[in-house]
Amino acid sequence: MLRYAIKRIGLGLLILIIVMVGMYAAVFLVPGDPAAVALGPRATPEMKRMLMERMGLDQPLIWQVVNFFRNALTGNLGIDVWSKRPVGTIIAEALPNTLVLGVASIGWSMLLGVPLGCFAVVYRDGWLDRLVGILSVSVIALPSFVVSIYALLLFAVKFNVFPAIGAGQPGNVASQIHALVLPCFAIGLGWVGYLARLVRASMLEVMGEPHIRTARAFGLPEWRVVFRFALRIAIVPTISLVAVGLGGILSSAVFVEVIFARPGIGSLIYNAVTSRNYPIVMGTVLVTTALYVAITITADLLIARLDPRVRDVFRD
Amino acid sequence: MSSAIDPRQLAAGAEPRPNAGPLRRALASPMGAFGLTIVAIIVILALFAGLLAPYDPLKIDVVHKLEGPSAAHWIGTDNLGRDTLSRIFYGARVALGVACVSIGLAMIAGLLLGLVAGYGPRWLDGILVLFFDSMSALPMIMFALAVITVLGPGTGTLILVIALVSIPGYGRLVRAQTLGLKRSDFIVAERSLDAGPARIILVHLLPNVVGPLIILASMDIPVVIMLEAGLSFLGLGVRPPTPSWGSILYDGYNALRSSTTLVIAGGLPLVLATLGFTFLGEALRDGLDPKLQRRGLR
Amino acid sequence: MTGPLLSVRGLSVNFRTPQGIVRALGNVSIQAGAGEVVGIVGESGCGKSTLAAAVGNLLPGNAEIAAGEIRFRDRDILRLGSDAQRQLRGREIAMVFQDPMTAFSPVLTIGEQLIEFQHQMTDVDKAEKRRRAEAMLARVGISDAGLRLNGYPHEMSGGMRQRTAIAAALLMSPSLLIADEPTTALDVTLEAQIIYLLRTLRRDYNGAIVVVSHHLGVIAELCDRVYVMYAGEVVESAPVDALFHQARHPYTRALLECDPARLDQPAEFLPTIAGEIPDLTVLPDGCSFAPRCALADDRCRIRPELTSLSEDHAARCHRVSP
Repeated sequence: MLRYAIKRIGLGLLILIIVMVGMYAAVFLVPGDPAAVALGPRATPEMKRMLMERMGLDQPLIWQVVNFFRNALTGNLGIDVWSKRPVGTIIAEALPNTLVLGVASIGWSMLLGVPLGCFAVVYRDGWLDRLVGILSVSVIALPSFVVSIYALLLFAVKFNVFPAIGAGQPGNVASQIHALVLPCFAIGLGWVGYLARLVRASMLEVMGEPHIRTARAFGLPEWRVVFRFALRIAIVPTISLVAVGLGGILSSAVFVEVIFARPGIGSLIYNAVTSRNYPIVMGTVLVTTALYVAITITADLLIARLDPRVRDVFRD
Repeated sequence: MSSAIDPRQLAAGAEPRPNAGPLRRALASPMGAFGLTIVAIIVILALFAGLLAPYDPLKIDVVHKLEGPSAAHWIGTDNLGRDTLSRIFYGARVALGVACVSIGLAMIAGLLLGLVAGYGPRWLDGILVLFFDSMSALPMIMFALAVITVLGPGTGTLILVIALVSIPGYGRLVRAQTLGLKRSDFIVAERSLDAGPARIILVHLLPNVVGPLIILASMDIPVVIMLEAGLSFLGLGVRPPTPSWGSILYDGYNALRSSTTLVIAGGLPLVLATLGFTFLGEALRDGLDPKLQRRGLR
Repeated sequence: MTGPLLSVRGLSVNFRTPQGIVRALGNVSIQAGAGEVVGIVGESGCGKSTLAAAVGNLLPGNAEIAAGEIRFRDRDILRLGSDAQRQLRGREIAMVFQDPMTAFSPVLTIGEQLIEFQHQMTDVDKAEKRRRAEAMLARVGISDAGLRLNGYPHEMSGGMRQRTAIAAALLMSPSLLIADEPTTALDVTLEAQIIYLLRTLRRDYNGAIVVVSHHLGVIAELCDRVYVMYAGEVVESAPVDALFHQARHPYTRALLECDPARLDQPAEFLPTIAGEIPDLTVLPDGCSFAPRCALADDRCRIRPELTSLSEDHAARCHRVSP
């Protein structure tokens, strides 16, 4: 188990290094000078030189990368060009907002999607199954930014029951939860369908296995067969797919945070991209990629915990 | 979503069946028929936008800005007084155009890389697999935003970004197919008859790989349309004044408090397009893959 | 009680498959009385497992019962509601399946599953169920029964798992135990152990046991009466001694000749029955065994009826007469 974890973490670090080298190489190789683009056509050469220096873009490529990682190891992700504050601090301030948003979205969609998938299996080929099937495909297909805007239009502008912008007042948990409802709805809606489908498909697979027949042979009611015997196994492939899909949550978070003007990683990188703020972009990409890699590794280890067979394979 | 479907299974299940063509069976379902109708309308709009659009999509008329539906402008005008219907028609052209070009590029690059990985030396395979894995380890939006930061926003960057994030999917597929075929008996037999790699790739690998590739591409279309609209919505995709469904929605979002017509009209084509393509893809997959069908029966 | 404990009468079961409708069982009748062990023997695909599944009410979704009845304690269980059927399973009718490797859920402990299987005992608490499970494991010869309850199925050997499966089936003291190929997945030593276990158990068990097997040795060791099945039909039924010594149906004889255990001298080739079992989507009009039968003649183009040869011996063949 430990060896496996170390191997996965090693591979994750390698991927992080490749990604950052790729980013720096791209900046370095691209024709045209990023400072000129950032400052606009009226910038003097002196201003450009100073900006390049501040963003660390005046050094040879290899040094830029080495410096970045050397600093990143000590928690220093550089200094924001415009506000002159440490990038690490800015990200640390934004990250909790996005994490809360992501966890809350996944949370409500699991609470709804997993049981829906199970019900579809209990009543398979009935009208509920069909309805869940069509609704799932539909909500998976809907882009989260369209859902956000329609939800905003309906519940914030038309009926005025939820705030249209912001993340609530600091310190006031009730207002923060109130402000979280619409963004969570927009991000989680597609996930409800996605989870219902995943759970249904993997559950149907499991329901064909002999041990389910054993459970039925002992006269266990269908719902007990589904929830106690099948779900434990069917949830395993679902977890790994959810972990892979978390990258998608981040994408939705960018749109949702921009639309609802919520502070967070998504709106941070969006503003950094539009103002070509390299240190922030680099830092955010590093942090989010690291987070994503960490989540996928955690999911793999979680699967090993849930399935005693896998657990024993790793123990050797 | 496309990741949950294995195109290889599709190919394996695509044997001809005596009773009905899979296409006809797929379209007999209400969902399939709905999907096909929507997709057909979008394709027609994209092809004949010039003939069908009542106005020039770029013609500014500030006097009539943010109007509601009227006889002159069926679904109103935008913040610069441009006819929304015409902009949506031309937006179909942008959406499908970007999707086709970027998926085409990704397919070609994925095909080449996948063939090299599957057929070439082991060390090269290792490097390419690491590249595919790194690309997938990166959240898609982060990669897109990073590339746009470097290259600056625009249609070209947009196509490049979409192609780049799609390459690993195609590359992996081709590599898996190639590895499978390489071990199959008839390729081994061909090799023992001194057939060169060029002959084996052209005569045997390509025809076997093309089918699954096209299926994967068709599943990618709604995803790519969404990505194009999303980035254009953020102002990081297609540059104004070119009409994109994403930028129309953005204009509507900005004018939300003064006019709701534009924002509703801007979102609808996206909703319909993604639903249409997805339903059609689902119906086609159900029709093509008897294995999945049987699973549904159980 | 007037009739026997279990009485299947004229049961026909069809499967809907992409290739068409397959007739798995045609007009099958069997009986099993309390205290009796009944064997069902035949080649793979003869319908014996379908029969077991039908009695256990566990037919897959694409199966349909075309005709017949399954009377258990004088009630036709096919006519019961699904809840009543479910309550029969486990409490009155228990099953042991072929493959002990997959018969248990891999993610729940043995104890959790054995407690779960006593679900129908509503008046007994969890600790008591656990105690019962432990006692039953000990009774089927599993050492450290208490420890085993905390373990997972994959930590047990195949033989231990089949013992556990038998223990599970006996937990609710059912009046009918169906063992579907209980030893097929095991090697010879384990097979002998399980047969020994079942023989010991039948001494102080007064319900009926139905053993399904393709293995004549297992049947000979365990059963009082035997039904021989071919292509979804019962072709011969007899007490076990009569069957092994005075088999009348050509198929039963061929089956006995093929049993390596019954060869008196070393043979160059193992004897086999020529041909294959018929395609059950297109059955021949006449005797279903005729295409492979060395004795077939013109009469065999007409379907033979089951002919009574003595009080409890019957065969489905034109060539037999009492």
